[in-house]
Amino acid sequence: MKVIKINKKDWENGINQSKKEYQLFGPVKEKDNYIFKKLQLDEYPDMEHKDTLVSPKSILFPQTEKILQTNLDESIDDHHIMKQVKKDYSKRAVISIKPYDAKAIQILNLNFDTDEYKDPYWCEAYKATTFIGLAVNNPSVFDFSSSTNTGPFAEQGLDVLLIDCSKEYLAKVLTDKGQAFLDVAGFNQETDNKKAIEIINNMKKKAENAISSQISTQNLKDKNTLDLYEAPFWDDIAFSCINCGTCSFVCPTCWCFDIQDETKGNLSYRIRNWDTCMSPLFTLHASGHNPRGEKTMRVRQRFMHKLKYFLDKYDNGIMCVGCGRCVKLCPVNIDIRKVCNLMNSHEPDTDN
Amino acid sequence: MNKLTQNIRELSSNLLKNNKVDMVIGFKKGTIPMAVSPMAAHNIEQTKEFIWDSNCGINLANFISDKKEKIGIIAKGCDSRNIVTHITENKISRDKLHIIGVPCTGMIDKIKLQSNFNDDITDYSENGEDIIVKSGLIEKNLKKSDYLKSNCKTCMHRNPVIYDELAAELVQEQKIEDQFADVKKIESLSIEDKWNYFDNLLKDCIRCYACKNACPLCYCPSCFVNESNPQWVGKGQDKTDIKTFHFLRAYHCAGRCTDCGACVQACPMNINVRDFTRKLIKDSYEIYGWEAGLDITKRPLLDTFSLKDDDSFIK
Ligand code: SF4
Ligand code: SF4
Ligand code: SF4
Ligand code: SF4
Repeated sequence: MKVIKINKKDWENGINQSKKEYQLFGPVKEKDNYIFKKLQLDEYPDMEHKDTLVSPKSILFPQTEKILQTNLDESIDDHHIMKQVKKDYSKRAVISIKPYDAKAIQILNLNFDTDEYKDPYWCEAYKATTFIGLAVNNPSVFDFSSSTNTGPFAEQGLDVLLIDCSKEYLAKVLTDKGQAFLDVAGFNQETDNKKAIEIINNMKKKAENAISSQISTQNLKDKNTLDLYEAPFWDDIAFSCINCGTCSFVCPTCWCFDIQDETKGNLSYRIRNWDTCMSPLFTLHASGHNPRGEKTMRVRQRFMHKLKYFLDKYDNGIMCVGCGRCVKLCPVNIDIRKVCNLMNSHEPDTDN
Repeated sequence: MNKLTQNIRELSSNLLKNNKVDMVIGFKKGTIPMAVSPMAAHNIEQTKEFIWDSNCGINLANFISDKKEKIGIIAKGCDSRNIVTHITENKISRDKLHIIGVPCTGMIDKIKLQSNFNDDITDYSENGEDIIVKSGLIEKNLKKSDYLKSNCKTCMHRNPVIYDELAAELVQEQKIEDQFADVKKIESLSIEDKWNYFDNLLKDCIRCYACKNACPLCYCPSCFVNESNPQWVGKGQDKTDIKTFHFLRAYHCAGRCTDCGACVQACPMNINVRDFTRKLIKDSYEIYGWEAGLDITKRPLLDTFSLKDDDSFIK
């Protein structure tokens, strides 16, 4: 594996170069919050950024996305025929994405790109994107990514991993896509690979040790699904939940959406919007029946999906990358770490 | 343990012991610094989890809507006013409630507090009006009064307005020079600047609805934003739809909002949605002399009329 050295003095210049071929997305500070957005010509990714409130999944899976369109004007030949909305899928790169958010994109990929079904919007956007990660030297107190199959220096889902070594970045080139980006940016200063890897490994160890929060997931797979479903703790967990969409909307791995049709004049669009299993409307049937009519059922769904159904279906870990966003932002402090540990250690009451 | 916490535990456990209530609703300590979680204690053992500090800003009246059981509830000033509103709007009956009042000296704005530190806050404690906050790098002793939530700074009803017993002595109410300075500032903007102000205010809204769901007033079984037949408002990120949601929600709170600030506290995007409701509070007060949630014998403002009501706006 090749490691490239990028002097921080050359960073902005490289970003400018790459903008000639790529649309860039990166974290910037707006008002008092960090958000991921498309960078304008005079904007640069904030390389010191703390967690963005909302995850960068929206770059590939926007909160609101027009997917089909038609014209209702009957004088036009193909009126009322829904057609895929044409979009720009030219090359883009996400700069400074954290390793756990890149891992989350891989989880979303399991849902949107399967052998059976391919979501064209996701697949096209995914194909067009290069992921330039930034290793996390100082994990936040909410970060528990080292116990969710990723971590502050994890490489899964990334094309390049940048490591901030104060005066310079070391760039671990992980894929051809990553190499191509570095070439365009003009970052090509080779370095003593062995030494660089050693430095990176030391920093990695340090960062992993700085993560203070862990979850236990080792028993989840063997637990009986119905035992967990019927566990006595759900009412207690759900009591304080206000059924907002905060936890799902800020989550990098939640993938649910709703379909809406909207018309203005003769132009009609089919749109998909993020949805959340915490909302009663999510499962409301046209008949009026709601199979998840009670709050507890909805709270249980969120955790069962993330920590059990997903695990059972894909055998690929849990559907949480430990970013800690929901832990930090849930207004009533429902903490997935606590719920996960409860589920992981749950023994059904054998008396009845 | 602070005295207030001790008293709350004691009063709640007495209520449960004497079978006066089926549950007591209060706060328990959270899993991260400055977080608390509403909880219901059904037995004496569980009352040991109750705590009280300046992070208990979420409004507990939100957790009693339509409850059939007999409920004990811990209520600071604003919660008590929403309890009054709930009673007058028939969301709960007075005789189902045992209210443990908590005179309040204001709640903490944790975003403001965090903005004082370069790294995450790892520990928070308080001692009267002093707060001691630690991050990985530094420890600071701060005055609570410098970090109050903005609604607490202008609060005129720190003492509960209705209660069966108190967990502490009543406190002095604040004297506020200009209660509506913030609203006046927005009122004084030109129409265009006002538009830009609200545009910018709502720019980051993700329509998670934490604001409305944290609000005790937003108890409709199906909110207009969720209706699909007819559909009042689009559900996506269209700017007009986002504004429609916020404007309409604010109007639904007219004459009812107690300025508890739970909406703002719940918002993950740090949006001050009180900019809308505050204007309605000001109008209710200035035009009709009305403050929400003070008296269970009075009908809600928009439920009544008087021949003396100002009608100069009808032209
Ligand atoms: S768990 Fe928290 S963030 Fe999620 S819906 Fe419930 S209250 Fe909202
Ligand atoms: S469930 Fe919470 S901690 Fe896990 S990935 Fe989603 S937002 Fe992050
Ligand atoms: S947790 Fe809920 S919103 Fe998130 S992906 Fe699963 S079902 Fe969808
Ligand atoms: S809580 Fe904040 S982000 Fe969520 S809908 Fe309300 S204003 Fe928007």
